[in-house]
Amino acid sequence: MNNKYFLGIITLILLMSCKQDMHLTRIEGERIEINDSLTGNQDFEDFIKPFREHVNNDLDSVLAYSVGTYTKNDGELNTAIGNFMADAVLEMSNPVFKTRTGNDIDIVLLNHGGIRSILSKGDVTSRTAYQIMPFENSVVVTGLKGSSVKEMVEYLQKAKRAHPFSGMTIKLNSDFELLDVKINDEPIDDNKTYYVATNDYLYNGGSNMLFFKQGDSLHVLDYKIRNVLIDYFKKVDTLDLKADNRFIKTN
Amino acid sequence: MKRRDFLQQTVASSALIGLGGLTLSSFSSSSVQKKITILHTNDVHSHIDPFGPDDGRNANKGGVARRASLVENIRKENPNTLLLDAGDIFQGTPYFNYYGGELEFKLMSMLKYDAATIGNHDFDNGIDGLYAQLPHAKFDFISANYDFSNTNLNTHVKPYKTFVKDGIKIGVFGLGIELEGLVTKDLYKETVYLNPTEIAQDMSRILKEEEGCDLVICLSHLGYNYRNNPDKPSDLTLARATKDIDLIIGGHTHTFLPKPTIEKNSVGKNVLVNQVGCYGLYLGKVDFYFDSDKSKSANGTTIIV
Repeated sequence: MNNKYFLGIITLILLMSCKQDMHLTRIEGERIEINDSLTGNQDFEDFIKPFREHVNNDLDSVLAYSVGTYTKNDGELNTAIGNFMADAVLEMSNPVFKTRTGNDIDIVLLNHGGIRSILSKGDVTSRTAYQIMPFENSVVVTGLKGSSVKEMVEYLQKAKRAHPFSGMTIKLNSDFELLDVKINDEPIDDNKTYYVATNDYLYNGGSNMLFFKQGDSLHVLDYKIRNVLIDYFKKVDTLDLKADNRFIKTN
Repeated sequence: MKRRDFLQQTVASSALIGLGGLTLSSFSSSSVQKKITILHTNDVHSHIDPFGPDDGRNANKGGVARRASLVENIRKENPNTLLLDAGDIFQGTPYFNYYGGELEFKLMSMLKYDAATIGNHDFDNGIDGLYAQLPHAKFDFISANYDFSNTNLNTHVKPYKTFVKDGIKIGVFGLGIELEGLVTKDLYKETVYLNPTEIAQDMSRILKEEEGCDLVICLSHLGYNYRNNPDKPSDLTLARATKDIDLIIGGHTHTFLPKPTIEKNSVGKNVLVNQVGCYGLYLGKVDFYFDSDKSKSANGTTIIV
């Protein structure tokens, strides 16, 4: 027998016997915490560094100055920071919407819970926008009949929260009953279509804002709320935010 | 003959000579042990840097460079190691917003990940955004229940992958969560979600019977368990409804399991379910020990967690 052939056969026999004979006898599971007891691998640190520096330089470049510190808990039914967000969405999104459709946005409605951070006094940067709006939600606009807008008002009246909005004024009495509502200083016309801007999360029923389901159209502006804020910060020099009379109740 | 082949054959023949004088019983008692280590992460969500010392919840935890050191040490100890990720690689820090996932994939490639499955957030820049980053990933994406036939990911994502480590064959298949209601259709486009339980039953049969795998691992982004919706497919429902799966590595629900859960499968055998929370705060590690001596597994597999 050829020696090479013989060696081939015995190798095969050995391999087969090994393969057939392995049995799972024991399993051990654990989790290992990644903490500062581990030293970072230097190749990884060196690789990440230029990415980190670019991101941080960009995030920390000063875009505007805030004269005060604002939080979403500063007012009962409307707050300075909420008004700023809704107004910024109106101001920055309307040109996009108007170019595409020829119409103007009448109302902006966001949600109180969507303000994810305070806005601190001092330098305002892109990082501020990431803190206030860490999510990727984008501006969408839908056409709502006046009757559906009335449902929206009812929602706000019952919610008793400072959900940010723009383009509308609502007055309630001390029992949270509706005294007056105006859209751009006009009473609501049941048959008119109002263009309402919001974010995709709320449009899809988030925060139980089910009235958006009655919208007759959907315009996706491909404009993230965060980018609205960043663009707004770039546009203005100083943020001097105010609560106002857009949503109030009488005592 | 190549030098490498020659060396192998020489070793084989001398091994036979060494065994020549031994009886059959002594052959089986000089048993061979093998160890396969499975390392896993899930829902890292673009967390590349460690949390800072002032973070309220995760101070000084996490960090890819530290994970690299840890993985390197474990691989030195046991080269027969697989590193897997159960999805939601994307979204959570500005690194994703600035680079679209490029850095995440490059670092995972440097870490030598062997496979990852696709989480719902991996569609956050759309299926096109995911596709655009694939050239940066030197590891495979596996998903058995997303049908990508009518998308640009077609042929780029495989249902499963098999590995041979020290002669042990390991089959890993991927599962993803239902996208409707979770991700807008504009982002996932024509991706079709298939029933994960049925697919898992099919996959485990293929890997066990057709591929002859010694170990079958499911890499899942279904979520650990839905207490208020017990019929929703999850890692626990999957464990109970299937057989021949040894380990389910989960994600999506950001569940911090201090140790793997042991669940009974459809034929009463143990299956491990594990998930390590999120943000790269922990590395999961499961060691599988094999022995050529059948008597050592006669009383079933010992599980130490």
